[in-house]
Amino acid sequence: MTAGGVTSTDQSAGPTGGVVACELHPYDHLLRYEQLPHIWCPGCGIGTALGALLHGFEHASVPPEKRVIVSGIGCSSRVVYYARTDAYHTTHGRAIPFATGLKLANPDLKVVVFAGDGDLFAIGGNHFIHAARRNIDLLVVCINNFNYGMTGGQGGPTTPEGALSTTTPFGNAERPFNLPSLAAVVGATYVARWTTLDVRRLQATFTEVLTRHGFRFVEVLAPCPVSFGKTNKIGSGAEEMEYYQALEVLKSRVESTTPVGTDIILHQPIVVGKFVDYERETFRDRYAHLVAKAKE
Amino acid sequence: MSEALNLVLNPEIDASQAGPHFMLGDHACAEGALYAGCRFFAGYPITPATEIAEYLSERLPELGGQFIQMEDEIASMAAVLGASVAGAKSMTATSGPGFSLMVENLGLGYMMEVPTVVVNVQRGGPSTGLPTLVGQQDMMQARFGSHGDTTMIALAPQSPQEAFELTVHAFSIAERLRTPVLVMMDEVVGHMHERVIIPPPGQIPVFQRRRPDVPRAEYLPYRPGSDLVPPMALAGDGFAVRFTGLTHDESGKAVTTYDAQQLLVPRLREKILRNREAYERTELYRTEDASTLVVAYGITARAARRAVDLAREHGHPVGLFRLATVWPFPEERLRSLHDVRKIVVAEINLGQVVLEVERIAGGYAQVTHVGSAGGRVPSAEAIAEACESAAQRSP
Repeated sequence: MTAGGVTSTDQSAGPTGGVVACELHPYDHLLRYEQLPHIWCPGCGIGTALGALLHGFEHASVPPEKRVIVSGIGCSSRVVYYARTDAYHTTHGRAIPFATGLKLANPDLKVVVFAGDGDLFAIGGNHFIHAARRNIDLLVVCINNFNYGMTGGQGGPTTPEGALSTTTPFGNAERPFNLPSLAAVVGATYVARWTTLDVRRLQATFTEVLTRHGFRFVEVLAPCPVSFGKTNKIGSGAEEMEYYQALEVLKSRVESTTPVGTDIILHQPIVVGKFVDYERETFRDRYAHLVAKAKE
Repeated sequence: MSEALNLVLNPEIDASQAGPHFMLGDHACAEGALYAGCRFFAGYPITPATEIAEYLSERLPELGGQFIQMEDEIASMAAVLGASVAGAKSMTATSGPGFSLMVENLGLGYMMEVPTVVVNVQRGGPSTGLPTLVGQQDMMQARFGSHGDTTMIALAPQSPQEAFELTVHAFSIAERLRTPVLVMMDEVVGHMHERVIIPPPGQIPVFQRRRPDVPRAEYLPYRPGSDLVPPMALAGDGFAVRFTGLTHDESGKAVTTYDAQQLLVPRLREKILRNREAYERTELYRTEDASTLVVAYGITARAARRAVDLAREHGHPVGLFRLATVWPFPEERLRSLHDVRKIVVAEINLGQVVLEVERIAGGYAQVTHVGSAGGRVPSAEAIAEACESAAQRSP
C-alpha cells in the first residue's frame, strides 16, 4: 500500500501556479491530495486526529472500499473532503442518523461518524444517545475543542464552566457534558478519550476500535488556538499541547475504573484513557435474530 | 455477526400480494413502496401516517428489508438518505408536524441528489392542529419548505388504489432523476378502506437508478448525463465518492463561489423541469366542451368530479383538471385547454395551489377558490355552486 518515495508534481499547488515537486508521505494515498491545502488553522488538532484514524484504517486492515466517513457541519466535519473514502457531508447534527441508515442498508461497510462537540452533542445530542442505546454498529469520533470554531468561537455543550467565548463574554454559566460518562451511560460499548498530544495512543485506539462492533465512541481533545485557546489565554496550538502534557492523567493512574471523574475543568487534571470496552449484540444482529425466530 | 442484509436495488420480487384487496389507503401506499422495491423504512409515529410505519414494520422483514423507528422525523429523513446512498430504495412517512422537521434534510437529499420517497399524509394545521382530520395545507411547504431554491416533485393520490400506484411511480421518478419525491396524501385517502388491485410484479414498470459506466478514475459523482442526471455510485462500490450539501463541483469538492453556485443550482432545477415526462400526470374529465374548469387533487378531486356532473345537470359546461402531479405544476397541460375562461380551484386550505393557477391562467381565465381551513372535504354541492356562479359571471 505504501507510496513512499514516489515523487509527484502538483500543478495546482502554490500561489503562483508553479510546479511543485514533493516527496509523498506514506499515507498520502489515503488523502485527496488535490484537495489540499486544507481549511484548518495553524495549531488546530483536527488533522492529527484524522491522521490517526487513517492509520487505524490501515492497521485494522479495513479494505479501502469499505471505509465510509459521515460528518455533520463544522471544522471537524470537513475531514470528508480530505480523506479518500466514501464520504458524506450531511447537515448540522445529523451525521449519526444518516450513518445509521447507511450502515443498516449495507452492514458490510465500516462506517465512521467524524464531527465536532457542538454538532454531536448540542444540535445532534438526541441522535447520539439513541444510536448508543440501540447499539448501532458505528464508530463516532468527536473532536472536542470546547467551542464552535467554524462560526468564530461561541460557547457550546462542552465549554468548561467559567470559560470565555464570544457568547459567554463573562464566563460560561453552564455545566458542560462529560462525554465519556455520557457515552458509557447511554450504552456505548467502547469509550476512550485522548488529546491530540497522544498521537500513538490515538493510532492504537483507532486500530483497536475499528476491529470492535457496536456503538463506539472516541473523544479527541483538540486545540483551537485561534478561538478557544486565545480567548482563554491557553495560547498557541503548541502551548495547548503543553497544557495537555501538564494536566493529562492516564486512567490507570486514577482510582476509578469507570468514566466517573472525567469532568473537564479549566486548569484541572484531564483524565484520558480507555474507559469502556465490551461487546453486546448490535441492533442489526438482534433485529435479524428476532425476525429469524418469528419466521420459524 | 449475522448474515449481512442485502438491501440491493433489485430485491427479490414479491408476488404474494398480487390481486384484489379491501385495503386502507396508508397500507396501499406501503404496498406500493414494497412493489417498487423499497426495502428500508425509517419513521416516527404520527397521526394519520402511523399505519404506514406499523404495516411496514411487519412486511419489510418478511422481504429481507429493514424497518427502524427513529427518535424523531429529523433522524428519519437523515436515515432514509443514508440508506439510499448505500443502495437501498428507502421511504419515510409522516404528517404536517413531522414534515416540518424533515424539510431541512429533504433539502440535503435534493442538493446531494439522493433518491428517496417522503410521504406526507396531510392533516389540518397549523401546528398540532387537527391530528385526525383532513387537510391539504402543506402543499406550498412541499414546494418551498426547504430553504434555498428547490424544485420539488409532489404527487397527490385520490384513492387507496392511486396511493399504491403513485407510490410505485414516486420511487421510479426518484431513481430516474436522483432526487427526493413527495407523495402528498391526505387524511381521508390515508384512512379510507377501498378496493385496491395490486398488479403482478412487472406490470407497473419500476426504474432503477443509473450507475456509473466509466472507469473509477474517471467517475465524477456530480457529472450529469445528457438528461442532467449524474449516474450514482453507491457507498462501498469503490469509487470513494464525496456527497455534500455544500455547493460543489462535479467531483463533490466544496466550492462555495458564485460561479459554482450558478453551475449547480440551476442544473438541479433544470434536471427536474426538463424531464417532465418522467413525472407529469394529470386527468381530464368532461373537458371537451368545458369553458369552466375545476382544478383539484387528492380527495378533493373526487368531490370535484361529482361537482362537474352536478353543474352539467344544471346546463353548465364544466370539466375537471385533476392533478396527480401537483409540483412542478403541469403548466402546459392547463394552458392547452384553450376554451377555458373560468377556473375554480378546490383544495382543503385557505389558498395554495390556486396561487399557481392564477399565475398560469390569470391572464386568460377568471380564477376563484373553494376551500376551508381544514377538517372536512368540501362538498360536491359547494364546488358545483362555485362553478355555476363562476360560469354565470361576466368575463
